[in-house]
Amino acid sequence: MKSFTYERATSVEAAAKAAASHDAARFIAGGTNLLDLMKLEIETPTHLIDVNSLGLDTIEATPEGGLRIGALVRNTELAADERVRRDYGLLSRALLAGASGQLRNKATTAGNLLQRTRCPYFYDTNQPCNKRQPGSGCSAIDGFSRQLGIVGVSDSCIATHPSDMAIAMRALDAVIETVGADGAKRSIPIADFHRLPGDTPHIETELKKGEVITAVVLPKPIGGKHIYRKVRDRASYAFALISVGAVILPDGTGRVAVGGVAHKPWRLDTADAELPSGAGRVTRRLLLDAQPTEHNAYKVKLVERTLGAVLAEAKG
Amino acid sequence: MKFDTPATQNPIDRMTVVGKPIERIDGQMKTTGRAKYAYEWHDDAVPYAYGYPLGAAIAKGRIRAMDVTAASRAPGVIKIVTSDSMPDLKKAKRNTAKLFGGVDIHHYHQAVAVVVAETFEQARAAAHLIKVDYEESKGAFDLEASMDAAIKPKDGEPDSAAGDFAPAFETATVQLDQTYTTPDQSHAMMEPHASIAAWDGDALTVWTSSQMVDWWRSDLATALDMDKEKIHIMSPFIGGGFGSKLFLRSDAVLAALASREAGRPVKVALPRPFLMNNTTHRPATIQRIRIGAGQDGKITAIAHESWSGDLEGGGPEVAVQQTRLLYAGANRMTATRLAVLDLPEGNAMRAPGEAPGLMALEVAMDEMAEKLGQDPVAFRILNDTQVDPEKPEKAFSHRDLVGCMKLGAERFGWDKRNARPGTVQDGDWLVGMGVAAAFRNNMVMPSGARARLDREGVLTVETDMTDIGTGSYTIIAQTAAEMLGLPIDRVAVNLGDSRFPVSSGSGGQWGGNSATAGVYAACVKMREAIAAALGFNAENIDFADGMVISGDRRVPLAEAVKDKPLVVEDTIEYGDISEEKQQSTFGAHFVEVGVNIATGEPRIRRMLAVCAAGRILNPMTARSQVIGAMTMGVGGALSEELAVDKKRGFFVNHDLAGYEVPVHADIPHQEVIFMDETDPMSSPMKAKGVGELGLCGVAAAINNAVYNATGIRVRNYPVTLDKLIGALPQLS
Repeated sequence: MKSFTYERATSVEAAAKAAASHDAARFIAGGTNLLDLMKLEIETPTHLIDVNSLGLDTIEATPEGGLRIGALVRNTELAADERVRRDYGLLSRALLAGASGQLRNKATTAGNLLQRTRCPYFYDTNQPCNKRQPGSGCSAIDGFSRQLGIVGVSDSCIATHPSDMAIAMRALDAVIETVGADGAKRSIPIADFHRLPGDTPHIETELKKGEVITAVVLPKPIGGKHIYRKVRDRASYAFALISVGAVILPDGTGRVAVGGVAHKPWRLDTADAELPSGAGRVTRRLLLDAQPTEHNAYKVKLVERTLGAVLAEAKG
Repeated sequence: MKFDTPATQNPIDRMTVVGKPIERIDGQMKTTGRAKYAYEWHDDAVPYAYGYPLGAAIAKGRIRAMDVTAASRAPGVIKIVTSDSMPDLKKAKRNTAKLFGGVDIHHYHQAVAVVVAETFEQARAAAHLIKVDYEESKGAFDLEASMDAAIKPKDGEPDSAAGDFAPAFETATVQLDQTYTTPDQSHAMMEPHASIAAWDGDALTVWTSSQMVDWWRSDLATALDMDKEKIHIMSPFIGGGFGSKLFLRSDAVLAALASREAGRPVKVALPRPFLMNNTTHRPATIQRIRIGAGQDGKITAIAHESWSGDLEGGGPEVAVQQTRLLYAGANRMTATRLAVLDLPEGNAMRAPGEAPGLMALEVAMDEMAEKLGQDPVAFRILNDTQVDPEKPEKAFSHRDLVGCMKLGAERFGWDKRNARPGTVQDGDWLVGMGVAAAFRNNMVMPSGARARLDREGVLTVETDMTDIGTGSYTIIAQTAAEMLGLPIDRVAVNLGDSRFPVSSGSGGQWGGNSATAGVYAACVKMREAIAAALGFNAENIDFADGMVISGDRRVPLAEAVKDKPLVVEDTIEYGDISEEKQQSTFGAHFVEVGVNIATGEPRIRRMLAVCAAGRILNPMTARSQVIGAMTMGVGGALSEELAVDKKRGFFVNHDLAGYEVPVHADIPHQEVIFMDETDPMSSPMKAKGVGELGLCGVAAAINNAVYNATGIRVRNYPVTLDKLIGALPQLS
């Protein structure tokens, strides 16, 4: 871990300003991912801005009938919230499918969105990785890629976003609220929040330098059956090989987002539109441009079959 | 004491303390954090410095230059010891990979430097600043591609044969010829390798995590080119080893070198990724098995060939070992071949040989039973042998595989298994049952102990034996208590200190039987010393309830030490008896799995192990051994694989996020039954090992259950959903 300076931010605006004024600042909340990355010198911030005392830890009803989830609401709290469990069951289930009880107690809503890939090559500083060290190359494409992405990938990077929560947020059309270094507020739909790797896999989100996430807003609930199905080698405490988050309405329409396949939660309107026609057609749409490797080609079939089971469950 | 005739009636047979499910006597210390593990020894008065290792960034080549300028100037740095500044350290005979020194790189994460600083964090930060210029050379990393170049290993028995396999196989009515693969696996124990080294003049003390104290002491002396007597090793508590801590590792060497250079006691713990790429692992195997049988199901021909790889000068994974002994059949052969691979060192991991060997053999047996239309339990029973099939004149000392199979089948409800695969469904789950035989040879090792009876009537046992989580402390206390007629709380046990008599150590499941036999020997001497002190005739004497009893005369034990404490020492040694009969341990594993019909996720539903392993010294700690082993078998079957990057030459998933061992949610139900038996050929304890037996065959039983559930036969471990998903039934 490299030496760094540290401050406790006293306001969102001050935090944003402080972050913008340092070359390599990072916000720290739960620290469940950042600290590991710092120990391995994958992340080498020169300045840490602790945002834990900014409040932002409540879940409030919005006038539109949705929920505004403070950026610092812990995963445990969010999963247990009565309104979330009642109206956004998908979110609660996705959260509880992730990490461990201890980690969820620390991990925050904003931090979860910003967690970094678990590609093993990203974690080994001896190996080339365009995400860790732009321009150094990708070891994963011709290396061990069983866990990695199959769609939206590029010649530079096939990493996946590891979050379960984000899959639910994507299916629920969450909106991310931020405050920029200039004090300006923005609302970013989650569809636009995470980027595809392209030739800049080190740039993972649309956040600008210094920009602070203050809340994640869920629109008014749409009802339907909320199902999150995470598929993994062991029964708990593992990242998804793939996961399917779906909201299925009584008429068979709905939404589906898939995890473990791309650099961002993977959802397409064209695929959603096929939901009444079944898993095969949805998957063909979702994975139309899939470019799996030899190691992860199984994910194509796995997505289709898992989605099939999810749709059957929704009907049942 | 020389053990050269079968054990007869002895004080252990009373079983008043031995054989009881006594809780670990060190359990409270462990659960309350008072048991000090290697890295935790701490004295505020001692100015410890912290060492952090740097591993090679390439798999093969040499160091052209190392630049430590920036690292040396980093805050808190005391000293940096680099590999290129010294010649290769002398390699101990038990090590294949070199541990430090020189410029040649033989595998990824070979230690190339250790940075010593005032704090751990400073040492780690500075280690990242070292610049190493490597000259990379081409390596071999792919076992399959290296098979043709594999050679017959120099040591051991690479080939075995009896009868004439080839014609017998060719003419067999029913034949099986299949190839199976098992991947590289990591010990993945909780406590990483860690050492603290402190020099006092030319004498060295090392607090470490070692399964074999005396081996480490000898091998560290070799590496440092010093007198063994000048080294003091302490390893009283060990957070798991599974074979990873059998042989001297780089943590001890780096700590010793760093401490010498820094002039301070130095602590070194290997970072988690080092466990996979710096230390040893269970090597991958490719195994070809051929079995021929008559229509009656009797095996007439059986062959097992295995290929594995290791660094130059290393050894093979002897995966054919059990096939020489497990089933009858007049015509047989085995062959073990070794390829040179430039991956980290392959070496012993829990039940080396049998664990991967049975992963293949017991699936082959399942396949063969199906070809024959026989029940897999019945097929194994039919082919039982009571003698070494290669040397029919050599009988097993005691063998109850059949008993294990029968009892297990009954308890598990095997008769409810549907022999037609893929036909049982429970909701979204395809359900299947599988069975496999467990087999592991029983090795015995000389083992010494010292016993001291003090004036308070407390018996203290000292031996350099280790407790790697197995329960050594407890079974040693039970043995001593039984021998002297004391309650267990009047016995103190001190382990893992090289100042104590050399023991068997912990490995190869020999520790429980051997170390307690050494304690038995010392206690026999103690009984004689007590008798002499009290003027008793040692022949007609009994020890019970803290009293020495002979006829009508009853004297408290403490009387014998009212003038001075008694101290005795002895070592159990074995004559030819261990060669006269084949000593092995046996068992049967039964598993029920569910395979998700949509995703192919295989999940355990319940497991049963029946073990025949001689006298069970403590059914509670023995059960813990077996359920732990069964859990490890679940990992071996369903998830554990060190992924080889065949281009760059290293194990990619080198942490516990990437190398998945089972979690609690994977293990819903386990049951263990021990056969009530003794083996008088094994030692005066009449016990054998269970710690490895519990693992042997588990993965095959799981794999067979997956087949029974789905009809899909996976011959390359682990059995993960990607290997099933393409062949699962269409979803409705």
